[in-house]
Order: sequence, then C-alpha cells, then structure tokens
Amino acid sequence: MLRRIGFLIWKELIELRQDPDLLRIVIVAPILQLLMLGYAATTDIRDVPVVVADADRSADSRDLVARFDASPSFTIVGIVTSPKEVDSYLERGRAWMALAIPAGFGDSMGRGRTETLQVIADGSDANSTNVALGYATNLLAAYAQEKTAARLPASRAQAGGIEPRVRVWFNARLESRDFMIPGVLALLLLVITTNLSSMGIVREKELGTLEQLNVTPLGRSELILGKLLPYALVGLVDVCLVLGIAVLWFHVPLRGSVTLLFAMTIVYLLTTLGLGLFVSTISSTQQQAMMTTIFFFLMPMIYLSGFIFPIENMPAAIQPLTYLMPLRYYLVMLRAIFLKGVGLETLWPEALALAGWGIAVLALAVARSTKRIA
Amino acid sequence: MIRKTMAVARKEFRQIVRDTRTLTILLVVPVFFLLLYGYALNFDIRHVRLAIDDRDHTVESRSLTAAFVNSGYFDLVASISDAGAARLMDRNDVRAILVIPSGLGRAMRTHRSAAVQVLLNGDNANTATTVMGYALAIIRNESARYATLPTLPTGAPSALSPLLTVEPRIWYNPQLRSTLFLVPGLIAFITMITAVVSTALSIVREKERGTMEQVRMAPIGTASFVVGKTIPYFVVSFASAFGIIVAAMLMFDMPMRGSWIVLLVTMSLFLVGALGLGLLISSAVETQQVGFQLAILISFLPTFILSGFIFPISSMPRVLQIVTYAIPARYFLTALRAIVLKGARIEAFWVELAALTLFAAAVLTLSAVRLRRQWRSA
Repeated sequence: MLRRIGFLIWKELIELRQDPDLLRIVIVAPILQLLMLGYAATTDIRDVPVVVADADRSADSRDLVARFDASPSFTIVGIVTSPKEVDSYLERGRAWMALAIPAGFGDSMGRGRTETLQVIADGSDANSTNVALGYATNLLAAYAQEKTAARLPASRAQAGGIEPRVRVWFNARLESRDFMIPGVLALLLLVITTNLSSMGIVREKELGTLEQLNVTPLGRSELILGKLLPYALVGLVDVCLVLGIAVLWFHVPLRGSVTLLFAMTIVYLLTTLGLGLFVSTISSTQQQAMMTTIFFFLMPMIYLSGFIFPIENMPAAIQPLTYLMPLRYYLVMLRAIFLKGVGLETLWPEALALAGWGIAVLALAVARSTKRIA
Repeated sequence: MIRKTMAVARKEFRQIVRDTRTLTILLVVPVFFLLLYGYALNFDIRHVRLAIDDRDHTVESRSLTAAFVNSGYFDLVASISDAGAARLMDRNDVRAILVIPSGLGRAMRTHRSAAVQVLLNGDNANTATTVMGYALAIIRNESARYATLPTLPTGAPSALSPLLTVEPRIWYNPQLRSTLFLVPGLIAFITMITAVVSTALSIVREKERGTMEQVRMAPIGTASFVVGKTIPYFVVSFASAFGIIVAAMLMFDMPMRGSWIVLLVTMSLFLVGALGLGLLISSAVETQQVGFQLAILISFLPTFILSGFIFPISSMPRVLQIVTYAIPARYFLTALRAIVLKGARIEAFWVELAALTLFAAAVLTLSAVRLRRQWRSA
C-alpha cells in the first residue's frame, strides 16, 4: 500500500515539475505577496495630504503650517488664500483635510485672544479621517498649550489630577505589521492549498484521466492520500519561505514555540486540503470548482475570520458565523504564538476546534468521493 | 466581423446559461455578499472588554470606573486582583485593564496628583490605538473634575481659556459612518472578483479540452474571438454589479449625489477592464489550474490591499504607491466615491476615467495579440 501511494506521490510531483508555471506560481507568489502585503497592509496613518487656506499670512500662521508639514502624519499639498479654493482639492481627493486659518490669527495669538480654526475633513474614508482628525486636534492642542504656557507665569503650572500611564502588552510599538503578517501567512496557505487540491481531482475528472486511475489497483483512500500529500508538501515549503521572510526581513517577533507553530500548521493544512478536496467532489468542471472555492470559502474567510476586520466589532448576530471559519482558529493561534508567546495550555480550545474541523471535512470529502469518483 | 463576433458571443452565452451553478454564483452571490459583509464589517470600535483592578475602593475610584462604563465604549467584564491579569489578556478575554492604585481618593481630596495604569492588549495595533484614545479622553475628563483652578492674575482673564478652539467639519459623510466608506470598497472588490473569475478560465478551458483547435480552424480573427468572449460575460457581470449598487442604496442608505449615467459608464469601463484582465490571464496560461492561481494572485489580494479600499495609499512606501497605479480598482474606487458620496462632476475625476479606459483597451489588445501569436505558431 505504501509503495502504491509512493508511486502516486511520485506521479504528482512529476506533474508539478512538468508544469513550470504552476511551480513558479506556488513558490514565487507567496514571496511576492508577502512582501507586498507586509509593506502595504498597515493601518497606521501617515502623510495625510492637507491643504491650507491661509487668510492670515503672518509669522504665526506660517509657523503653524510648518508644524503640520514637519509632523510625519501630514503633508501639505497646497496653500491657498480663500477657503473657497479648498473645495476642488477635497472633491478631487487631492487633499483629505483642509485647515482654514482666519485673517487676524497672528494678531490674536500675540494678544492672547481666542481664535477659532476650521478643520474640514473628507469623510468618504471614514476610518482614516477619524484617525487624522485625532492627530490634527492633538497637534493644535499642543500648539495652543505652548502658546498659553508662554504667557503664564511658571508657578501657575498644573496642580492635582489623574495621570494616565499606559502600557501596551504584546506589541509595545503598536506596529500593525506585526499583527498583519501572521495573518498573511494564514491567508496565503489557504489560497494556495485549497486551489491545488480543489482543482487536482476535478481536473482529472474533466480531462478523463480519472477513469485510468480508477482501473489501477489503487484504493480510494490511497488515491486521496497520494493526491493530498504532495500538496501538503508544497504548503510546508511555502510556510518555511514565508516564516523566513517574516522573521528575518520584517523582524516580526516570534516569541512562542516553532514546533507548536508547525504542528498547528499541519492541522490547518489538513483543513484547507480537505476543503479543496470536498469542493473537488461536488464540482464537475474546474470552472465550478474555482467559483465555489472563491465565493464560498475564500471570500467569507477573508472577511469573517478576523484577518482584518476585528470579530468583536461585528454585530452579535454575525459573530456566531465566524466560528464556522477554520481560518479564525488558526489566526488566533498564529498571532498568539507570534506575539504573546503562549502555548497549548492557553490555545487548546482553538487547536481542538481546528482539528475537529479538519477531520470532519476530510471525512466528508472521502465519503463523498467514494460515491462520485469511483 | 460583427457577425462573427456575435456568433462567438452567442455560443459563449449558451454555455453560461447551461452551467446553472456558475450563473447563479455570478448573479446572486455578489449581492448576498454585499449585504452580509456590509452589515458585518465595521471599524467602529465599541464594547471593548475591560477588567478593572480597583485597589482603592473609594468614591473617587468608583466614579472613575463609572466613567469608563458609562462612556459606551467599554464593557466591564471582570473585576480582578493582580494575579488574573495576564491570563485574561492571553486568552483575549479582555482587551484593556484599568488598575486604580490605593490612595487615589485621598490624593484627589488633597489636590495631589495620582497615576492610574491602563494595560492594553496591543496585538491589533489599530484597535489598540483607538482604545488608548478612548481611555485617555475618559481619564482626562475625570481628572478635570479634580483639577483646582489657579486664581487668575488680573488683567489676563483669557490666559486660561483655551487659546485655540478647533471646529471640525466633515464633508460627504458627517457622522463618519464606516459603512459609507466600506460599501463602495466592497462594491469595487466584489465586482472585480466576479468579472475576473468569470473570464479567467474561458479561453484556457478550450485549450485544455482541445476545442481551441476547432476555433482556430474557423474563419474568426482573434479580435472577434476576444470581443465575442467578453460580451456575454459583460452582460452577466453588469447585471450583477447593478444589483449590488441598488442593494447598497436600499439596505445601507448609500447616497447617490452624482449622475446615474456617469456611474453606469464608469462601472462599464471598470468591468470591461476586469473581464479583459481575466481573458489576458486565460490566454497566457496553458492549464486552468495555473489560470486560477494567477487570477487570485493578480486580482484578489491586490484589489483588497492596494486599491485604497482598506489601507490608505498615502501611508504606503513610495515603491508600492507606484504599483497601485496598475490596479484598476484604485481608479474605480476613487471615481465611485466621488460620484456617489461627493456628487462630483466629471471634471473632478476624468483622469480616473481615462485610466480605466486605457487599462481596458490595453488588456483586451494584449490578449488578442497573445492569442494571434499562439494561433500562428501552433
């Protein structure tokens, strides 16, 4: 039996080797994607384009504008005179935010008179706008405080009050990359392995070569094992590549056990390959297999697994749905192993759920294929 | 030429209609997804799970606790003593812990300052930053209740009144609803995937099955072949995209401040580009499996990550910002937000329209050229 499976694995590997396009894609694509995602997938807001309507043109207003420009959060893209002119900047999306400095601003600052600044923000990207408005308000508050302090005698400084001391655990620099990259690893594995296994069998079906495999003395489970093992191998190679880049290139801290990480990855591969196989058994053409994989598995998993959109923000009616996503469990474990360095003593519920998922879907696929393939 | 094109289109159309599962997926699933995700996803962070470690037990410490709970952002899930903190954080049972030291109440009553500690789970940096902002604002407010006002020197009454007041005004989406920002992104993403996926296998399928030889023998030019392949999928994906937009307006109160005609034209340009991209992939590869991988590699993740849908382009490194110019969804998203949310007229986004047109023309031409070379050499 082992010898027969060995032959099938050999056949699959030869096929992989003879399809240099596929081989190139499954090796190069993860690297490219990780590099791209690692750099792009940051929710930190930098260089928000700001247009200034400076009706004052005094030393003070220029000082304020210079502070915006010097801050890493903002870039000044234009300075105009009247507030009317900012309209086209915002409408075209050339600026996200406009700062209107009224005439007489410098004069007021000199005399200690209260002055009102208008900050106009483009709300069409609500998330970034919210953050950018926060930065702007902080910057202006600091500016005002400095101006006020310069006018107050030193003895009048702060008395009493509660001081907050914030400590951030697990990701002290609040680097969103450290959170995203483990997620990307999970996502890439999902995309590559479900694709391979979902097309793997239906392809032989469509091309008619499955019949030939059926007349060989191969048993069904041998056929499936021989089909899936090479794909699992490809998946593991990808894991090593991606892990290497994540740790050596992006310096994502890997605080937990590497053995546990690989063990959980194998359980996860069981699920993704099983899913693909299941799709293979319910599809009659490769096109159907592709549609089913993308629309019913990849899309929901990207959106509902907590990869980018936190599950705790979802409405209570949707949250139970996320328990159906194997990616959810793997993500929680992967991030915990990377950032928190915890082990199975904390992660066992997720590990159990993922293993249960994998066994269930593989069993389902095997049961279905006994009826359909043979 | 037109007759031949229509013949290819008719044949392809029959094939689509016969594969009912694919047709249903293309027509129904996108609308369903928009409804599901539009409802499920948001970045509005509420109900942050908070644990409080109150070592003071005074009126003041209870008042601070109440301020957190009443803010509406935090749900108090546990009162703990020191030992439990790490476990709660490890398990993600809480996202923030507030530690109130003993002596806070006395310090407040005697006008001294005291520090409270806020511990945050930073694994998701974005959420943590927002939560930190909430916590700091609440503590600052609470602190202001105890701060003693220094007696003002006469003649400078305004010295302590704030020197600057900021008047924020938010255009286009005054309540900053994250739905209004996510739904256009979802529309772009879903239509892009639907379109690319529908054509990505359409040519390579014929290659793999061997029917391509028959097409090659028939007196059809590659241009007619490519356009003929595009037309039926255009009809299907246009219907599905239209359904998505109508659903967004009915279910999520997405406004329509610009012109419908401009919107439909923009959408058509985007769709032709996406379908053409699928055809280009299909003409370039030899097996459907590679077609699938390539379609995902080129359309799925880049549209998600590099279009400005979720991650702001201006925050990306310069090199990647240049890459985003090759992503059609980037232009579509800008134009869509401009039409729907801003009610901008065409002068504001003609560059985006031109880019979409150019993209569509380029991918269609390229796939026709590639096919011609293959047909010649075969």
